[in-house]
Amino acid sequence: MRRLPDKFQHWFSDRGWSIHPHQQEMLDHAADPATLLIAPTGGGKTLAGFLPTLVELSEHRRDTDTIHTLYISPLKALAADIKRNLMTPISEMDLPIRVEDRTGDTPASRKRRQRAAPPDILLTTPESLALLTSYEDAPRTFAGLQRVVIDEIHALAESKRGDQLMLALSRLQALCPDLRRVGLSATVEDPTAIAKFLARHPDPCHILTADPGPDPDISMLDISDATPPWAGGGAAYSIPAVLNEVKRHKTTLIFHNTRAQAEIFFHNLWLANDEGLPIGIHHGSLDRGQRERVEAAMTRGELRAIVCTGSLDLGIDWGDVDLVIQVGAPKNVKRLVQRIGRANHRYNAPSKALLVPANRFEVIECQAALEAVQAHDLDGETRGPGPLDVLCQHILIIACAGPFDADTLFNELRTAGPYSTLSRADFDDCLAFCATGGYALRAYDQWQRLKQSPDGLWHLRDPRSARLIRMNIGTIQDTDTLKVRMRRTRGGKPLGEIEEGFAASLTPGDTFLIGGQVVRFESLREMVVEVSRDKGRQPKIATFMGTKFATSTQLSQRILQILDQSDWPELPTQTRDWIALQNKLSQLPQDRRLLIESFPHEGREHTCVYGFAGRNAQQTLGLILTKRMEELGLAPLGFVSTDYATLICGLEPLTDPGPLFDPDALRDGLDQWLAGNALMKRTFRASATIAGLIQRNTPQARKSGRQATFSSDILYDTLAKYDPDHLLLRITRHEAMRGLIDFGRIEQMLARIDGRIDLRRLDRVTPFAAPLFLEAGRTPIEGAAQERLLAEETARLMETAGLTGESLQSPAPQGKPRA
Amino acid sequence: MNGHDFTLAGARLVALGSGALFWPAQSLLCVSDLHLGKSERRARLGEPPLPPYETRDTLERLEVDLKTTRASTVICLGDSFDDSAAAQALSESEKLWVAALQAGRRWVWIEGNHDPGPVELGGTHLFELPLPPLTFRHIAQPGHSGELSGHYHPKVTIRPRGRAITRPAFLIDSDRVVLPAYGTYTGGLRSNDTALQSLMRPEALAVLTGPVPHVVPMPR
Repeated sequence: MRRLPDKFQHWFSDRGWSIHPHQQEMLDHAADPATLLIAPTGGGKTLAGFLPTLVELSEHRRDTDTIHTLYISPLKALAADIKRNLMTPISEMDLPIRVEDRTGDTPASRKRRQRAAPPDILLTTPESLALLTSYEDAPRTFAGLQRVVIDEIHALAESKRGDQLMLALSRLQALCPDLRRVGLSATVEDPTAIAKFLARHPDPCHILTADPGPDPDISMLDISDATPPWAGGGAAYSIPAVLNEVKRHKTTLIFHNTRAQAEIFFHNLWLANDEGLPIGIHHGSLDRGQRERVEAAMTRGELRAIVCTGSLDLGIDWGDVDLVIQVGAPKNVKRLVQRIGRANHRYNAPSKALLVPANRFEVIECQAALEAVQAHDLDGETRGPGPLDVLCQHILIIACAGPFDADTLFNELRTAGPYSTLSRADFDDCLAFCATGGYALRAYDQWQRLKQSPDGLWHLRDPRSARLIRMNIGTIQDTDTLKVRMRRTRGGKPLGEIEEGFAASLTPGDTFLIGGQVVRFESLREMVVEVSRDKGRQPKIATFMGTKFATSTQLSQRILQILDQSDWPELPTQTRDWIALQNKLSQLPQDRRLLIESFPHEGREHTCVYGFAGRNAQQTLGLILTKRMEELGLAPLGFVSTDYATLICGLEPLTDPGPLFDPDALRDGLDQWLAGNALMKRTFRASATIAGLIQRNTPQARKSGRQATFSSDILYDTLAKYDPDHLLLRITRHEAMRGLIDFGRIEQMLARIDGRIDLRRLDRVTPFAAPLFLEAGRTPIEGAAQERLLAEETARLMETAGLTGESLQSPAPQGKPRA
Repeated sequence: MNGHDFTLAGARLVALGSGALFWPAQSLLCVSDLHLGKSERRARLGEPPLPPYETRDTLERLEVDLKTTRASTVICLGDSFDDSAAAQALSESEKLWVAALQAGRRWVWIEGNHDPGPVELGGTHLFELPLPPLTFRHIAQPGHSGELSGHYHPKVTIRPRGRAITRPAFLIDSDRVVLPAYGTYTGGLRSNDTALQSLMRPEALAVLTGPVPHVVPMPR
């Protein structure tokens, strides 16, 4: 066991602390090439990660200005927070250590100074690190680097940001072969997967697991007084009970799955808050200033409750939270456990949490989640090998830093965990894409972006293009959002952001919620949404930010297991009766079978498919099935999807489901029909942006703010028509297996049911299908329907204007002066 | 024919769903802002290499319109090439294709702001073309009437039941028509932009391109 230096011993004992076992273990393993620490929130995880650095820097005085330790966190705010926490031991022990952070918010003057005279510890984000590695002087900046600490690695490992980070590390490791890697993670289902992700391939990675502490005290909100509605996600029925819990606790975090739901809930909570308890709201679309005010009030302990979304998921310490409430089904057990960990930041105290189902089906899902948490059964999807769009961006970043050799780069890339199985063919395709575009039609090679010099090294043809590449580093896809401001004569107060699509649907006078207040849409001016305060209490339109998580495979599986019983004593009475009624009138969905109900309702034929594949996959299933039904002459009109079922409304009853669910036919649907779908185009746009074909930021756009750019949809259509095997389309099809399209879950479902389909023809709506009629967000059938809608709307507009299409045949009034 | 019929300065015209304008009495087809060679120009400037298929795609669509209308005169209203170098950089097969389209027709290249110089391809090069009662030029000149122009790439967004649908569009009033961009890689300027607002009369109409052209009062 490695002894802690006296200075550190005294520091611990002066504060009445002793070193945690996992902190000691981190010290013992300080020389390992890679170490992964799994520890719950509040377990002194950050100090455990930094302790070896602090000890090394206090023992060996260094005379050069070099970075010793690089700390990487997914959030800018976290870097600032860590800096504060780290400065406490450093200043109290009077250690000669300089700590600085560097994020997108760091002023350019300080960034320049950091490259010239780097600090001992640099705190940064994956994007800022990627940018640093793109400079020609990167070898000098990172010379002497000893350790890299990656915080919240479980969150990074789930996204392309993590893949990009690992590629950047492969470069750093080539510059500094002795670099040691440390990952800090919350509790995860598969630590070895994260260890493999973290370590230089094929280095071993030691996994340290801290004492997880006592099991959380978690239960469902007592809903015997107030019954949850059949459908919807607002959970307004629970407001009195939630307010009551807030009163009984010191500080409560109230988590929601979407920003829209957080806004609506906060609004209702505020209307019911007769005692005027200090309650705040925090989510990613709010203006930064507003978020910071809430965070500061939270840190000072001034708030009794905070209504929030995933923007509070990661480990920033907000003070003394003693209750976490999750409103709406948690969708994912791992995220639920991490959220619960936000309560009671004291080690060895159980976290307290309440689940609030928003509707009756969610009661079952909450019960399934409770059982999963008690069984320590976390869910997770394996992510598969690193995506190629991120790799393309990395190749461009490498090219910015200087000429490179393709073979050396290929070997270097394969040391990154996510890319350890990268094939040479895929690498060559990515390199060709970066160099020429990689099109089947070889055009104008003289203008290629990367050129190979006679010595075999690849380099940028035009060194000036490095600027454009650097401006577009990163894998985060901001869905296009517009700023919202109060209308005023001069620069009104910024409130936050809304999606461009939502903004486009607004007409002046519409009211909506943002930052907890009802505002009225006034105008869209230079890409800023101007609003005014509205006195009304009920917004006309409440939804924006449609990000919806899909219920995980494991949780869906548990729900099916709960349904597979003869009685449900563990569930509240209303839910228990509802399930029993479904069992009596139709049948219950089963694990290895697919239940389809067919019934007439209000003059229309309905088909309800209980796929339990999660919201996104059920939506995709709806798109493909309705297309097939149209071909079969069943005249579908539209459909609605939830996490467990898709309800299709049409003119003809479904009598033979077999042809619809033939796996090959469904896959054809993905290839042919979904190929023209807006979701595919959105997926393409994301990958094309990451791979560097489309640029979010250009110097011109920054200058003028407006540029006649054409949409990425045109590029997608062009490639699909002339170059269907192009790398970017392959990437797009691959991405469609998860995310918004999630075809992988449909494949899983097909494998699970293996052709066992139960079609029940019934004479009326069934208990399980009924809530689907109340779901919002019905998708009308596209294609011919869109032209019809367009025709209706244009006719209406012409009529309103008192015009017909022929009215302009009269000549202009003579001599009328033009303005 | 799949188009919207209207009259400008006494001439009966058809706005086609493809974005081309047809003048039956003269057997004349007018297209604007083809921007051929855009991907070549962008690559030359060091920007990301776009799929090099836009020239082929644009010419394919033009060929379809020529077959349908059997036009004997073609007027390209300027910005036919992304710049003069892009015109020269067209592949041999693309140059031959243009020559084949030109065979047996009168073909006029109106000068645009992107392609000012004459090109090696056949056809007549003009700054503008008066064909009474109409005049063809690249950029609209306020105060004139009977004018056909391009340049602005107008597009229009309408929102049936909350869903935004955006299409390139003709803008039409009693003085002029502003044609949408015909080229495959072309973006657009919204009709509510001040440049278009001040150019067009208050009662102007917009004809959205697409499978079926749709007419609306020009959104402001």
